[in-house]
Amino acid sequence: MSKSQSSDEGVKRTVRTTVWALLGMVLFTIALVPLYDVFCEVTGLNGKTATSAQVMSAQERDDTRWVRVQLVTRSGTGLPWRLEALDQVIAVHPGEIAQARFRFTNTSDVRSSGRAVPSVSPSQGARHFRKMECFCFQEQWLEGGESIELPLVFQVDPALPADIQTLTLAYTLYPMSEVVAQGGYRE
Amino acid sequence: MASESTHAVLQPNVGTAEQHGHHSAQMPTGIMRWVLTTNHKEIGSLYLLFSLLMLFVGGTMALVIRAELFQPGLQYVQPEFFNQMTTMHGLIMVFGAIMPAFVGLANWMIPMQIGAPDMALPRLNNFSFWLLPVAFGILLSTLLMEGGGPNFGWTFYAPLSTTYAPPSTSFFIMSIHLAGISSILGAINIIATILNLRTPGMRLMDMSLFVWTWLITAFLLIAVMPVLAGVVTMMLLDINFGTSFFDAAGGGDPVLFQHLFWFFGHPEVYIMILPAFGIVSLIVPTFARKRLFGYASMVYATASIALLSFVVWAHHMFTVGLPLTAELFFMYSTMLIAVPTGVKVFNWIATLFRGSITFEVPMLFALGFIVMFTIGGLSGVMLAIVPADFQYHDTYFVVAHFHYVLVPGALFAILAGAYYWMPKWTGHYADETLGRWHFWLSVIGVNLTFFPMHFSGLAGMPRRIPDYALQFADFNMISSIGGFLFGFSQLIFVWVLVKAIRGGEKAPAKAWEGAEGLEWTVPCPAPTHTFETPPKFVPEVDSPSRH
Ligand code: HEM
Ligand SMILES: [Cu+2]
Repeated sequence: MSKSQSSDEGVKRTVRTTVWALLGMVLFTIALVPLYDVFCEVTGLNGKTATSAQVMSAQERDDTRWVRVQLVTRSGTGLPWRLEALDQVIAVHPGEIAQARFRFTNTSDVRSSGRAVPSVSPSQGARHFRKMECFCFQEQWLEGGESIELPLVFQVDPALPADIQTLTLAYTLYPMSEVVAQGGYRE
Repeated sequence: MASESTHAVLQPNVGTAEQHGHHSAQMPTGIMRWVLTTNHKEIGSLYLLFSLLMLFVGGTMALVIRAELFQPGLQYVQPEFFNQMTTMHGLIMVFGAIMPAFVGLANWMIPMQIGAPDMALPRLNNFSFWLLPVAFGILLSTLLMEGGGPNFGWTFYAPLSTTYAPPSTSFFIMSIHLAGISSILGAINIIATILNLRTPGMRLMDMSLFVWTWLITAFLLIAVMPVLAGVVTMMLLDINFGTSFFDAAGGGDPVLFQHLFWFFGHPEVYIMILPAFGIVSLIVPTFARKRLFGYASMVYATASIALLSFVVWAHHMFTVGLPLTAELFFMYSTMLIAVPTGVKVFNWIATLFRGSITFEVPMLFALGFIVMFTIGGLSGVMLAIVPADFQYHDTYFVVAHFHYVLVPGALFAILAGAYYWMPKWTGHYADETLGRWHFWLSVIGVNLTFFPMHFSGLAGMPRRIPDYALQFADFNMISSIGGFLFGFSQLIFVWVLVKAIRGGEKAPAKAWEGAEGLEWTVPCPAPTHTFETPPKFVPEVDSPSRH
């Protein structure tokens, strides 16, 4: 066979380069996850809101605009709880502080824990939905049959783009015992 | 030992030209010869036969799907099993049939087209092939496991493939990893071969377009296979180790899965079509007896398609709730891909223009490719229109689109290549009459199957359902009849292949009058070892880009 010494060298060099490129792509893939998180935190593009209490926006209240805030809930992920939005639609002026009430009911007769995870759509609005107080910042524990009412205190930032007239905030209930057993919540 | 021939990289100091003369004498015989082979032609044959087998396995699953959809209502299978069939059909066709077939063609033809004695890393080549039967053995075995095999679609969206997945999912992940490693090793080997083993005098711009498109495809593989490996690894961690990459309950994000998957997935669809472009770009000039029109623009078009394929992934996600600017960006970038694709179609037609065309079977398949791939491209452009895609997404219209680009697209190109090079592989021409039957029945079958899907999709029939509303019944019945026709027509190909292996009209070294390229300077069938001394190559005479 005629593969010359020089082509052997070349093959080695090419293999080395491609393996480096491959490793680069592996690192890139690993980096994509935190990059995505940061990207979404900055832009709010995945509809996620802050995971701890935020301060009020000092911007002046904009009385010329109304924003409809729709509150919807979803359960059915295996947790025997019911979550109801007692105020289903609230009209607010941007900058105004408002409150919405939610009722959590444990429909089983054993104590369990759950967490309501929020998501805002359209996602461009997520960054402008500020929560001063929310049950979603931590998990809840309910005795069997227990029912509690919990508030959400929020403010729609006046910087909300003008073309957004309705914001939908959806809460999905998840069983926390499972998540905790599996390694906890990724803040 | 066969492994002697791998001295090139692993033992740079041993191995001289003489040592290589002996190794065929010490070759193991019987089955071990095939298990241990490091010969690019034998490994190429293994790849091709494996992918033919997978074509029939995946095809059988498609026929289970089409039988169930022949009429509305549930007839033969339960929805759970139906979902496993759609999932396995897609996975097997993509990773088991189309991709290995192209790697098989690369193994056979690239060394012969660049005047190299073998692939650069022959032992690695053997290893990458044998990973595949293991991977697909594991994948198929999941069908027998408790809870069944993967049932979440070939795109395995989380949390369907994590929280709600059957227990066999970890085996699925394992098999994807193995198939992925196989592809990566194959790609490294192909790049190393093309960049280093070209016969003296052959510049990059003198290579055949099949070699060019494969070089670019190999780079795509290196770039995106790690992303696929990463995404299935995250799934594995979510399922077994309590992380929450894609689980909203734990603070993760299912949409992240889709971004990662399609960042791999869109380049992947080009991995399945670029080598097809290369094959067609060889066959059309041969049977038009003209040089390829616009060689350089073909190379640049291929490279731009490959680059653009990294910035269009979210056209699969228009309905997940992207912001308007993102929808616009991905819409325009997707439509931009139609430009280099159009350049290619234009060049093929310009090559045909005023050629003295004959219609041998390889040419029939290549012409069928040009016409029907373009139909798939057009429905692709329709899907790229965001507001239209809101309606088309996840309907049979998408199924029609990607089957047009993959079946009369990628698969027809593979078949065209098989008919074109069969004389080189077996020494005999493929039976022309049977080949024509194979072609025409395939054309009728494929259009009967997939054309009505445009209509059922536009009328709103969702994909991946075992039962459907009555108004879709007629279209589905036609699709099912077409599907069975197409499926059984492929048996003719097996017949043709067996016939050509056993005998038939003997082919001279240059089997086709208008063929160009170094592979046509060695006898038919190609001897086990070719180009042990590099062939002479004079660009002014031999290059496909000469003026
Ligand atoms: C002109 C070029 C093309 C354009 C503009 C295009 C556009 C699109 C768009 C927008 C979708 C998403 C549809 C939806 O889910 O709503 C799609 C899906 C798809 N395309 Fe294409 N495409 C093109 C060529 C190709 C080629 C060449 C292939 C493969 C060889 C291909 C394979 C696929 C596949 C497999 C899917 C569906 C994936 C799935 O959801 O299962 N496309 N295409
Ligand atoms: Cu795509």
